[in-house]
Amino acid sequence: MTKFLTLLSREVKSCFYSPIAYVVLCFFLGLTGLCFYSGVGFLSRGATERTVVEAFFDSIPFWIGFILIFPPITMRVFAEEFKMGTIETLMTAPVRDWQVVLAKFGGALVFYIVLWLPTLLYFVVFQQIAKADAANAAGAYWGSYLELLMAGMLFISVGCFASVLTQNQMVAAVISFCVITFFFLGGLLSFFTPNIAPEFRMMASYCSVLEHMGEFSKGMIDSRRFVFYGSGTALMLLLTHQVFQFRRWKA
Amino acid sequence: MIKVENLTKRYAGITAIRDLSFHVEKGEIVGFLGPNGAGKSTTMRILSSYMPATSGRASIAGFDVFSQSMEARQHLGYMPENVPLYPDMRVTEYLNYRATLKEITGARQRERVGDVKELCALKEVENRIIGTLSKGYRQRVGLADALLHSPDLLILDEPTIGLDPNQIRQVRDLIRNLGRHHTILLSTHILPEVEMTCSRVVIINRGKIEAADTPENLVHAMRTAGGIRLEAKVGKDDGLAEIGKLAGVKEVSVEAEDDWSVFTLRTDSRSDPREELWRLATDRRWTVRELSRRRATLEDVFVELTLGDEV
Ligand SMILES: Nc1ncnc2c1ncn2[C@@H]1O[C@H](COP(=O)(O)OP(=O)(O)OP(=O)(O)O)[C@@H](O)[C@H]1O
Ligand SMILES: [Mg+2]
Repeated sequence: MTKFLTLLSREVKSCFYSPIAYVVLCFFLGLTGLCFYSGVGFLSRGATERTVVEAFFDSIPFWIGFILIFPPITMRVFAEEFKMGTIETLMTAPVRDWQVVLAKFGGALVFYIVLWLPTLLYFVVFQQIAKADAANAAGAYWGSYLELLMAGMLFISVGCFASVLTQNQMVAAVISFCVITFFFLGGLLSFFTPNIAPEFRMMASYCSVLEHMGEFSKGMIDSRRFVFYGSGTALMLLLTHQVFQFRRWKA
Repeated sequence: MIKVENLTKRYAGITAIRDLSFHVEKGEIVGFLGPNGAGKSTTMRILSSYMPATSGRASIAGFDVFSQSMEARQHLGYMPENVPLYPDMRVTEYLNYRATLKEITGARQRERVGDVKELCALKEVENRIIGTLSKGYRQRVGLADALLHSPDLLILDEPTIGLDPNQIRQVRDLIRNLGRHHTILLSTHILPEVEMTCSRVVIINRGKIEAADTPENLVHAMRTAGGIRLEAKVGKDDGLAEIGKLAGVKEVSVEAEDDWSVFTLRTDSRSDPREELWRLATDRRWTVRELSRRRATLEDVFVELTLGDEV
């Protein structure tokens, strides 16, 4: 356990040592600030059923930005170690493969959570100043963040998988961007092609992060979503572990 | 300490090592030699559990490097080729991090990290960022890391490559000192260094073992031992004819140097015709200003073994 925590803290630190972290941090703060501003602006235009939490999480710029943060967070986790050769020092210390995989995943997740912390403040401030509820219920509020956490876990595991495939960080970034975008477009399938088979539509909506987010921000927490994100993340991490071994074994 | 049996490693397309078997006993310092691409790093990577072999077995301190790799790693300090390190960490921070991974914690960690910094002369750079260190210091950080858990066995892949002569000497002394308490397997291309430090050498070429013995035995067993050099005042052709008749001389060549002739003789490994040469020179009244024998070195052995079938 101490070994895992050491590996994890190394991962978190190396996240914050890299300049990319600060670029992402600034970009993300700017983006969420903008989304919040436009969400509040939307509400002040007249009476509406939507709450500020819904308006915030349901805007297009928010989702575009959301997709964009994963590749830079995860692209370096394995690719950089393979490139620098440090993977050899790391994997000849008495550590197990899965400890390293989980630590890399966990490190990126911690950074992701740190990214989100300031936005909690937005809604607190909103409630203080506007004397109105930010969401319909506490459930909607925390539900939104829960959804973000789970979607984050899935996409970070996708990013880790992309990073273990190559020693080129750019390639890793492009792969994870494509896969994550695919998830999103998959969710939008029913909008683009209204007359597809209902099975496809069902599947698309099962995978649609956008749709889930809509539900969660209204306070509907659906256990099927936990299964989806949980199993998706587990599958991606398992694949990452397999490829990680394979790359060294065939190296 | 190390036992390698019929080890084979095939990369996509090429066989890097083929049916390799050797062993290293406790307390030995073994030099692992071979030309570029011979498979030295490949063998060391397998021994360090970084990757498994295609077939064959290897064990360290009695632990199989594949099936009992955690135990094997506990007994091994490994320094990879080119010493990969995290450039963004500080020296002490890195050593502490590595110590924790190697299950050295608390007071013992402080003690060990202090010790290896002392041993590898890292005190003055302990707070520097590794990325800003010179190659030699990075090499020492790698060595310090390998020593952290005071392993019984050290495997060092080219520990002195890229160092200046002073640092090479320091690392060599360090290795020799370490050899009192540790078993060491090191690869290098600097052969005089091997003659000075190693109690035994294993020479491999194209994935196969060519020789494994003490440096002295290898040099003695050389088919073409070192040459003999004679500088005398005599006509070139006369000299060649006379010297060529001596027993044990396989080949003579001559060069003129002002009015002196410089003969270079190649002889059988067993015979030493210097005495007969001297008698010949005094009989014929040649004036001699040099008669010397160049001993065969490990380098000759290396060249012969690894180049022999090509020339
Ligand atoms: N990852 C790899 N993929 C494919 N082939 C490899 C790989 N690593 C090494 N090889 C090949 O295996 C052979 C042995 O390489 P190895 O690195 O073990 O040689 P070496 O003895 O350490 O050489 P050097 O003295 O140059 O360090 C070489 O032919 C090399 O091209
Ligand atoms: Mg090598």
